[in-house]
Amino acid sequence: MTNPDSAVSVRDLRKTYGKFTALDGVSFDIHRGETFALLGPNGAGKSTTIEILEGYRDRTSGDVHVLGVDPGTGSLDWKAQLGIVLQSTGESGAVTVREQLAHFAGFYPNPRDVDEVIAAVGLEAKASTLIRKLSGGQRRRVDVALGIIGSPTLLFLDEPTTGFDPESRRQFWQLITSLKNEGTTILLTTHYLDEAAHLGDRAGIIAGGTLIDIGTIDAIGGADARVPLVRWVDGGVQREARTAEPSTLVAQLVRDNGGAELDALEVVRPSLEDIYLRLVAEYETAVAK
Amino acid sequence: MSTVTIPRLPAGRTLRLGGSRIVNEVRGYFRQGDSVFFTFLFPLVMLAIFSTAFSNQSFGTDDSGAAVSAAAYYLPGMLAAGLLLSGLQNLAVDIANERSDGTLKRLAGTPLPVVSYFIGKIGQVLVTGIAQAALLLLVASVVFGVALPDEPGKWATFAWVFVLGVTTSAVLGIALSRVPRSGKSATAVVIPIVLVLQFISGVYLGFNQLPEWLQNVASIFPLKWLAQGMRAVFLPANYESEEPGGAWNLDGVLVATSLWLVVGLVVCRLTFRWIRKDS
Repeated sequence: MTNPDSAVSVRDLRKTYGKFTALDGVSFDIHRGETFALLGPNGAGKSTTIEILEGYRDRTSGDVHVLGVDPGTGSLDWKAQLGIVLQSTGESGAVTVREQLAHFAGFYPNPRDVDEVIAAVGLEAKASTLIRKLSGGQRRRVDVALGIIGSPTLLFLDEPTTGFDPESRRQFWQLITSLKNEGTTILLTTHYLDEAAHLGDRAGIIAGGTLIDIGTIDAIGGADARVPLVRWVDGGVQREARTAEPSTLVAQLVRDNGGAELDALEVVRPSLEDIYLRLVAEYETAVAK
Repeated sequence: MSTVTIPRLPAGRTLRLGGSRIVNEVRGYFRQGDSVFFTFLFPLVMLAIFSTAFSNQSFGTDDSGAAVSAAAYYLPGMLAAGLLLSGLQNLAVDIANERSDGTLKRLAGTPLPVVSYFIGKIGQVLVTGIAQAALLLLVASVVFGVALPDEPGKWATFAWVFVLGVTTSAVLGIALSRVPRSGKSATAVVIPIVLVLQFISGVYLGFNQLPEWLQNVASIFPLKWLAQGMRAVFLPANYESEEPGGAWNLDGVLVATSLWLVVGLVVCRLTFRWIRKDS
């Protein structure tokens, strides 16, 4: 049974294309007001999942509710509650940024102020420029602006920051954080794991059409995956050790070294990226067997 | 049951958004250089070329024995070609491109009603088609000295042939937009159809000069009828004898074009989707 209180509720979702199984029984919930990061390698089923939730694709089987509605039969009333930033767009762009946003704002019952949205995505200087004359990263910001112009209850962000420079990405994170603070529920897919760690409350990792792990950002992969790693070079040989007490280990090593500094010492706490890579690698090894 | 309530959208927004779409569509149309040239100005360019190139040729005389100029002879055909270009060619290519470049997918994710989208497209065709016809008539009259009819009955005929023709052409363009598999192939699919129709329907070549079997083939398609309706408005009365059956046959124009309008509407209703769902 899907959970009616969740913003998104998915149970045993399957999608096949002929003999190819794109999704093989995926279940998860996204709570209201939460930012959920859906992670996984290319071709794992992320976009298929998100497009089923957006109503773009039909599912083969399973139960799906998005804001309490089956997206296969979603009405315009339902669409008015969503904001969708698709993975890629290549529109001819013969309108200016402000014209496009003002036009789309008219579709929604409670749109945001057009100039505020332009400022929020940092395009004030380009407001009167034709969209086709913008750079790739600037066009992507227009996509994001169009996604939020209707004050969505639920925002889908499919790889939103592809093509952004580091400064734009930071600015985008601030924007998303302010949307979170206003109570917007967000479903994010991204290949930037630092982005998922920074913005996400919970994450699901999808590989080969199945959900291989799900949990809060600081718990996913389990406690063992978070044990710090100590690396150093001893006589020209790279050494490493995992320990929950890295300071003790380092002190011991220094003592063993006669009080001298260790070469190339590092204490690394596994990032979400490290954990993600390990989980996906483990999955792929298991499948290969 | 669901504890989530989705607020209802206010009524009456379909027409308001249709109007907003028309503004957006017309603005976009005139900012695309290729659509302005190959759709909007093309009949005008052809009229100018034909009127100049054939200015020394004889195209017959009217009842009073005055010579009919090349411009006067070609004007009805170019008006009919304008209907086909502004409606069918324009929308078939435009919508195929919008399907291909993600415009339709983006709109599909918003609460824009499909009907508003179509109001926008057909409104764009009406606005640009009227501007195009006005420009053709203006240039024909001012630059090439074509005498335009002064009987109100002729203009009434022009009005209904124009409105019926441009609407049918627009609807057929929407229907045809499903055929190209990509935006890139759209012009390759659409232009040959439009070009062949123009050659066999009495736009570039006098219809009475075509062999009878080709006239019969052309009579299946709407452009032949629209060109015939335009000739009934703009050519002298004594030219009626050169038409098939020796008559303008405006009833035939009405019936054939209306049939194509109905066919186009049915095809649109059955085949139009925002996106190919499982491609």
